[in-house]
Order: sequence, then C-alpha cells, then structure tokens
Amino acid sequence: MTETVPVTVVSVSNLIKQFGRFAALRGVTAEFSGGKLYAILGDNGAGKTTLLRTLAGLNQPSSGEVEILGASKFHDICQQVGYMAHPSLLYDEMSGMENLEYFARLYGITSGTRCAEASRAVILSVGLDPDLARPVGQYSQGMRQRMSLARALLNNPKILLLDEPFSNVDLHSATEMVRLLARTRDRGKTIFLVTHQASLLEGAADEFVWMEFGKIVGRTRELKRPETAQ
Amino acid sequence: MSAPTGITRATLLKDLRLEWRSKDAINSMLFFSLLVVVVFSFSFDPSAEESRQIAGGLIWVAFLFAAVVALNQTWAREIRNQVLDAYRVSPAPANSLFIAKVLGNFIFVSALEALMTPLFIVFYRLRSLGPAWQLLLVAVLGTWALVVNGTFFAAMSLRTRSREIMLPLLLFPISIPALLAMVQATTSILNGEGARFWIVLLVSYDLVFTTVCLLLFETVLNAE
Repeated sequence: MTETVPVTVVSVSNLIKQFGRFAALRGVTAEFSGGKLYAILGDNGAGKTTLLRTLAGLNQPSSGEVEILGASKFHDICQQVGYMAHPSLLYDEMSGMENLEYFARLYGITSGTRCAEASRAVILSVGLDPDLARPVGQYSQGMRQRMSLARALLNNPKILLLDEPFSNVDLHSATEMVRLLARTRDRGKTIFLVTHQASLLEGAADEFVWMEFGKIVGRTRELKRPETAQ
Repeated sequence: MSAPTGITRATLLKDLRLEWRSKDAINSMLFFSLLVVVVFSFSFDPSAEESRQIAGGLIWVAFLFAAVVALNQTWAREIRNQVLDAYRVSPAPANSLFIAKVLGNFIFVSALEALMTPLFIVFYRLRSLGPAWQLLLVAVLGTWALVVNGTFFAAMSLRTRSREIMLPLLLFPISIPALLAMVQATTSILNGEGARFWIVLLVSYDLVFTTVCLLLFETVLNAE
C-alpha cells in the first residue's frame, strides 16, 4: 500500500514584518500542504491580514523567507494565486462583467470572447447574474463580496488568499460562499481564509491556524482555541 | 498584439470609460481653465501686442494647474477599494499601467487644450506672426512633459496623507525647465521669432524624463 505524502505548497520561515517600530509578524514559521482549506484566526492586530498580504506579495518581509509553489519570488507564481482583500478591489463605476473582463486581460487572456466567457463562468459560479448591468457601486455588500470572490477565482488559481470574505454578508450568502469554497478545495485548490466568523467554517476547514501578537500559536483540526494560546 | 500592449490598451479604455461615466477630471479642469481665461482677460485687457508677450505664460500656467486636477484623479480611482492591489498581484507589467495612465492623461489634457485654445484666441485677440503649426508641436511636447512627470509623481504621492498638496510640491519644481521651454517657444512663435532651441530642449526633456519614469515606476508601484 502506498501512502500519499502531502505536498507543501506554502512555507514561511522565521517571517518578520515591521512597520516602523511595530512588528506585525514576529517570526512566523509554518508549512502548509496543498488541497486544504486553512482558516486563519486571531484577535484584531494578531497579524492575520499582514501574513496574507505578505503571501500575496503585497508586503515585503522585513526578514525571513516565503516560498509558494517552490518559488521565492511572488512574481514567478502570481498567475497561480488569487487574492481577495477586505475592500472589494473592484471599480464601483463599472458592472461586474466589465470589471472581470478587464482583470481577465491582466492575466493574459487577450481575446475578447474568451475574456467574456471566463468572466461569465466565474460570475455564475458565485451565484450572481453576469447580465446585471448595474455598476458594482450599487450592489449590496453581499453581492460585492461575491463579485470580489469571483475576481479572485478568475485566473483559476491553485492558491486562494481570502481576507474576511464573509464580513457584512448575511448568513445565507455566507453559508453559500463556504460551500463554494469547500467545492473549490475539493478540486485540489489550497485556500487560506482570514475570518472572525470561524463558526461558519466548522466542518469545512481542514485546519484552524491561530495567531496572536504576530505569531502562529497553534494549529487545530477542530474549532478549539489551543491551550498554548492566551 | 503582445500582452503588455493589450494590457495598456485595456487599461486605457477602462480609464476612458470611467472618466466618461464620472467626468470627474474633465469637468474640474474645464471649469478651472475657463476661470483663468475670463478672470485674467478682464483683469488686464491687453492689446494684441501685449497678448502675444504674455499669452505663452498664461496658457501654460493655466494648463499646468488644470492638469494637476486630472493627475490627482487618475490614481484616486485606483486607491478607492484598493483596486491597485488587484493590479499588483496580477502578472501584468507595471509599465503597461504607467503608459496607459500617461496616455489617458495626455488625452484628457489635450482635449482640454483643444477646447480652451479657441477661447484664449478670442479673449486675448491672439494672432500668430510665426508658423502656427509649430504651436501644435509645442503643445504636444509640452503636454507630454506635464503628464509623464505628473503621472509619475502622482503615483509617488499616492500613499501620502496630503497627496493633493504633495503633487504640486513635487511636480512644479521638476517641471520648471519644461515650463520655461513651453512658454518661451510659444512666445517666440507668436512673435514670429525662431523657437528651434526651445523645441529641442522640450524633446530632450521628454526623452530623459520618460525614460527615467519608466525605469523607476515599478519601484514606486510596489513601494509600501
């Protein structure tokens, strides 16, 4: 019988990120296997968003190393990563389709027809109507969050980095989003999800990663704060 | 079409679409320039001869101040909802974004110039004694000088708290050689004198600063 060895897709080693005198990350070291959904939890200021932004190449580490899919330079693998931030990262004055068609071109889809097809498919996958002509600025918060998730999924990434995807989203929509993310994980994608609504991920997340004061203080399979944490 | 060219084109079209819908930049620029033309015209009431002497300075200072409005708007759109981060995490080259922004601003400021120049001619009773086509050349080179530096410094001041004040503070000193060349070239052409030296200076300025901005833009874009 052969045993499947989990492949590490993200590893961080002694990662430190300082903003002036404030250290947002204080020596984070961890390895994460592929095809799993990781919920990153912690109080405000624990360093969750900074860790996610550092993985997304938006923050440069003050010291330490980040390796994603075997590459230490984010630019080499950016095609394989999808990022959803707390703000929508969408233009309010354009419709969902217009937004996504533009972002599709940034990922090298040059044909107009292919841009439209890819955008339609991903908008449908998050349960929105691609023919909705309203500008994104007039969407409800829940619709905007789902469109933002669609943007992150647009390039069919192997790794998804999601910062507070459920904030201001009603319970029904949030549950739908969790189902979609679980299906995405089941297709072999690796998902890192920062949230304060951890209970939504019970049964869906493979691991809960607990952060405090810029460090990972524990990793659990159940939604139970580790005893090492304060 | 190569990927970077396609991204530049897509970004330019997106910016034109956003401006068409919001009209944030063009309305403010038009209103400001109109005020300058009318107020100065009533304040001085110059003769045709005096107009030829002062028009170069007046026109370019008006366009410089008006351009700052467009330059601030161009990046304001990108930091609303932090859309710029979506660009930064994508594989799209930084310079495709920069060139698209410069071209967009060039179109906005050129449109403003096309609308305002007839008003300047009427209000200041301007008649060029030199070849008028050279004025068009000066306009193109001068506008490029303003927008290429302006777009770059607007991106630099993007993350500062008082970026609307910061942009003129950074842009105006560095634009002095270009502004001097634009004003002197315009005045020389209007008075029927040679403007060759000033046009060559403008071409050199454009080449140097376009190259420097292209070399440094990626660093500015990814600065924290």
